[in-house]
Amino acid sequence: MPTLTIDGVEITVDSGVTLMQACEEAGAEIPRFCYHDRLSIAGNCRMCLVEQENAPKPIASCAMPAADGMVIHTNSPSIKKAREGVMEFLLINHPLDCPICDQGGECDLQDQSMAYGGNDSRYDENKRAVTEKNMGPLIKTVMTRCIHCTRCIRFAQEVAGVEEIGALGRGEHMEISTYLEQSMTSELSGNVIDLCPVGALTSKPYAFTARSWELEKTESIDVHDAVGSNIRVDVRGKEVMRILPRLNEDVNQEWLADRSRFAYDGLKKRRLDKPYVRIDGKLTEATWEDAFKTIADKVAGTDGSKIAGIAGDLADVESMTALKDLLISLGSANLDCRTDGVQYDASNRASYLFNSTISGIDQVDALLIIGANIREDAPIINARIRQQSLTGNLQIAVIGETLDLTYDYDYLGAGAQTLADLVSDNGAFAQTLKDASHPMIIIGQNVLSRADGQAIAAMAAQLADNVGAITADWNGYNVLHQAAGRVGGLDIGFVPQDGGRDVAGILDGAASGDIEIVFLHHADEIDVSKLQNAFVIYQGSHGDAGVQHADVILPGAAYTEKAATWVNTEGRVQLGNRAAFPPGDAREDWTILRALSGVIGKTLPYDTLDALRDRMAEIAPHLAEADQIVAADWQGAGTAGDTSDEPFAGNSIDHYQVNPICRASNTMEECTNIQNEVSEGTGTNG
Amino acid sequence: MLSDKDRIFTNLYGLKDPGIDGARARGDWAGTADLIAKGDDWIVDELKESGLRGRGGAGFPTGLKMSFMPKVSDGRPHYLVVNADEGEPGTCKDREIIRHDPHKLVEGCLLSGVAMRAEAAYIYIRGEFYREAEQLQAAIDEAYAAGLLGENCCGTGYTFDVYVHRGMGAYICGEETALIESLEGKKGQPRLKPPFPANVGVWGCPTTVNNVESIAAVPTILRRGGAWFAGLGRENNTGTKIFSISGHVNHPCNVEEEMGIPLKELIEKHAGGVIGGWDNLLAIIPGGSSVPVLPKDICDTVLMDFDSLKAEKSGLGTAAVIVMDKSTDIVAAIARLASFYQHESCGQCTPCREGTGWMARVMDRMVRGDAEVEEIDSLLDVSTQIEGHTICALGDAAAWPIQGLIRHFRPELEARIATAKQAANTRAA
Amino acid sequence: MSGQTQAQQSEHFEFTAENLQKTKEHIAKYPEGRQASAVMPLLDIAQRQNGGWLPQAGIRCVATMLDMPVIRVLEVASFYTMYNLAPVGEHFVQVCTTTPCWLRGSDDIVSACKNKLGINMGETTQDGKFTIIEVECLGACANAPMMQIGDDYYEDLTADTTTKVLDALQAGDTPTPGPQSGRKKSEPAGGLTSLQETS
Repeated sequence: MPTLTIDGVEITVDSGVTLMQACEEAGAEIPRFCYHDRLSIAGNCRMCLVEQENAPKPIASCAMPAADGMVIHTNSPSIKKAREGVMEFLLINHPLDCPICDQGGECDLQDQSMAYGGNDSRYDENKRAVTEKNMGPLIKTVMTRCIHCTRCIRFAQEVAGVEEIGALGRGEHMEISTYLEQSMTSELSGNVIDLCPVGALTSKPYAFTARSWELEKTESIDVHDAVGSNIRVDVRGKEVMRILPRLNEDVNQEWLADRSRFAYDGLKKRRLDKPYVRIDGKLTEATWEDAFKTIADKVAGTDGSKIAGIAGDLADVESMTALKDLLISLGSANLDCRTDGVQYDASNRASYLFNSTISGIDQVDALLIIGANIREDAPIINARIRQQSLTGNLQIAVIGETLDLTYDYDYLGAGAQTLADLVSDNGAFAQTLKDASHPMIIIGQNVLSRADGQAIAAMAAQLADNVGAITADWNGYNVLHQAAGRVGGLDIGFVPQDGGRDVAGILDGAASGDIEIVFLHHADEIDVSKLQNAFVIYQGSHGDAGVQHADVILPGAAYTEKAATWVNTEGRVQLGNRAAFPPGDAREDWTILRALSGVIGKTLPYDTLDALRDRMAEIAPHLAEADQIVAADWQGAGTAGDTSDEPFAGNSIDHYQVNPICRASNTMEECTNIQNEVSEGTGTNG
Repeated sequence: MLSDKDRIFTNLYGLKDPGIDGARARGDWAGTADLIAKGDDWIVDELKESGLRGRGGAGFPTGLKMSFMPKVSDGRPHYLVVNADEGEPGTCKDREIIRHDPHKLVEGCLLSGVAMRAEAAYIYIRGEFYREAEQLQAAIDEAYAAGLLGENCCGTGYTFDVYVHRGMGAYICGEETALIESLEGKKGQPRLKPPFPANVGVWGCPTTVNNVESIAAVPTILRRGGAWFAGLGRENNTGTKIFSISGHVNHPCNVEEEMGIPLKELIEKHAGGVIGGWDNLLAIIPGGSSVPVLPKDICDTVLMDFDSLKAEKSGLGTAAVIVMDKSTDIVAAIARLASFYQHESCGQCTPCREGTGWMARVMDRMVRGDAEVEEIDSLLDVSTQIEGHTICALGDAAAWPIQGLIRHFRPELEARIATAKQAANTRAA
Repeated sequence: MSGQTQAQQSEHFEFTAENLQKTKEHIAKYPEGRQASAVMPLLDIAQRQNGGWLPQAGIRCVATMLDMPVIRVLEVASFYTMYNLAPVGEHFVQVCTTTPCWLRGSDDIVSACKNKLGINMGETTQDGKFTIIEVECLGACANAPMMQIGDDYYEDLTADTTTKVLDALQAGDTPTPGPQSGRKKSEPAGGLTSLQETS
């Protein structure tokens, strides 16, 4: 624990901290461009120079370890002069085109030039001009603005795990580029936009659409996977202009997956903005009253056992609660949120959670991945695993496909037999798990959705027990969900009630005529062809698969348009907020169901969001604990049974096309096209 | 004047056989096993006693540098890396050692390797020295064939390998950490220090980087004793040194001389004097392009060693003496160096990447007098904004020649600007 | 990349058997797992095999061989000046123009090259025989002015001797490298002032 003096203040800091960190602890602000606390230290911008007494020259505080007895000055005239010098050098070849730069208003160079910049330039020579570099559909480049901090290079190499960005040439002609200007093949590429301290790398879809200071900023939660990344939604008027990550060390740190960041243009297309009723086989615009009355008339003549409800991937907890209450009041036991077909046991919470938690990955020393393409299913979690893997303290093994996960792993085998071997204590990796202090097993949704999914789950749970992955303060059994709405649905028991049908049963019943009315709630990831004969009420945000056979369409809200509860794969309860109003006549989802219930004559007993949330907490008390994870008791998982020899397959769905918002997004379509070009080009991807 | 018996590089001019037989005839590889048997501490102590300071430019005491290597290996191998990336303008001495006396270097690698408990030496030679690399490799091959390298080298039980690694054109790789990066297969961009190479060098292992001339002098120093070397020159500036004399002299040459020889004597005795006579001298860059230029009056008396030249705000550097007579456009001569540093800046850190280009552009205008008088101070200020603020010493090296020019030749700069202004006014009138 | 360079890029590059052997010898110099250290020699071999310039396919081939990301290899290839990323003439003439050579008349050498070959610095003759460029200090300052052609140094040049060297190359001869002044190496031209007993 070195003790040093910074600007006259004596301070004792932890061993191993840098001088910059020590200065910050002492209350001295240190300007910087290249330094970023999640990236390796480059020390190249030279903005963070400080003066050390008795040292011959200023030192870069980002790279120098704090040492006992140092006497440091951060604000001496010579240091101010040194930083002004660096700032001047950074500006001489910078175009100073702030008025037309998307970084304007949130630019580190702009901000720090206020403190260290001169009023006019002594540089009378021609400024350097650098040609733009293609980096794909997401990242716009204006490389003349680049200050060569290399954050993007380090992010690609260290965090994203794709060494695709480099600095070519040398000296003042050094230029940042991908190889031959190919697109970056990372699902996390957009983060370089946030990391770029200037306007060299900006968002291509956002280009020239808004100025940062005219945007209304709303903190919310992402729904494009089950990670629950914390986001900020920036809106102008009623339009979402961009989406940025928000710091949450326990969830997404400060990263965001590309589809979460860039699918927002899908919020503006194919939207359901009016109720529709099918009249004489044709969907026809209707009033809310007509739509509700049409449903009420149909429901009135139908026995509850012939009514069913399916909640999809993007269903929020509030509206699922309302729909569940409504269906039960109608006498229906046929409700299910498990559109992927996994036979999760909703009464056994630990059996369907990512129990180790995302931040728990930071402690993991042995990891077994069973049939999960984590890189695509949950890019943020994959980056966290990579981060831990880079410490050298994590051994990873995979059963399933041999995918490029951006980190090294032992490949154990393709299917259930390999897992069975581990369970029966064969194979070196069983011992590795046993020897680990925090062993972790991740099982993917694609494996669980197989016919033998529950048997595989039971084996994985058995293995977790065998290797000591379940202790009083650690649960190493983890289900990796893909849908933002799934855990919330399971938590409130949006599953078949006594004698009720599951998704497959509902669809079969609809095909056979046993089910006459089906409520589809944001449910598009199902086989709608079986719904041709049923009376289908589709509530959702987009004209996607679910509306195909709809008889009534109730226009709902997308995630940016409602205050809603989301529970992520680790069971963390998080509240999303309304950043914009739903388009046209569309409404927040729970209010639609509340209104409908009145017309049907089964009025739901909550008039406000708070009352509804009280009801949720009544069903599942932990839902009242926002931003928390209430650990679930371990009762094992799955059901022992026979397994097939079929190899575990990764996700067959294009990860840029996972939901109606993505499918409506041009940006995501471009990502898909690029991805297909790359995989055709090399034959190695996917 | 140094007598031939006290010269180390007795085949400097390649007039004799550079091969192993010729080398042996000159005393190389004699009793090497005995020197090894005296042990690592003995070698380091002799080098410390000799007062040998690094011959690559910085002048850090060689024995002390070697002593920074861990005394006991923690399991990581130790490496000696020899800096043969000779690229400092004016400097052409290591080339002569490599092509004419390569066995001195190879034997020096082994003995220095023993001193630092290293298992191998990598000689990083600039890529343009293709033929020299061939000649060096031939000498190494001879040494292996003679059992002097490899397993049980010289019959000592020690195992030591020597490899040649060619650079591919980058002055910055003469900086030791850039050289290490390059040896690892990366761009030659200097590393942040700490950690220093003696702790974390090539491939993360303890490493010492030494100049060719330093390492090649080691066997002779060990044979004749540190005291012999220390007896030449003067305190803190001991031994012999190869001087590269270029520019406006009658007989440009390399020559090994005693440290501290007067600059004038060096030039008159070995290089045939300044063209047109000593009085025709304008200025001299005494230690390679990086050190500040000295005007004639200082050259009249200055001694060629570290401390004497430092006292004159210049430096011994690589002891590459660039002589400029009165016909020289001194502004153009320094401007050409400014564009050299612009070309050779690695681009990694801000002051050097941006500042070298700025200075070079201003210097180009200064050559024509196309500038304002105030820009001289502005240029000086820019040079001080680079100096001391960069990751490596290239920033300083780029600043110093310009600082030296302004220090000693400001009137020339001012006159040129005035002349240009007058010409412009005449044209306008 | 210029359009010209793109046009001459080929999709495929493969080391000849002989060069493949050389690459293995280079890789063997470095500790296990440190094969990236061989990237510079391998790129050099690829360039030599390809007539003096390094094609993108060669860069990709080396990246694959050394298990390096191709962007890292391109970084190296673009950082070091001895890699030519565009085609060059059969005789690659590099004239040093840094201060020590400039003081000794490198301007005359540049002029002699331009006059003799009828092209400017940085250009290649129509017949593809010569490319001339200016380069920074080549480390033979006591033998200034000088130029490098291929792997060889031609030193102590004058405009006349420069033209003679180029004439010889044009005629298909191999001029003798080294000082063109009659001096042997870098000894004082007026007679030895040291090591005299060796003469």
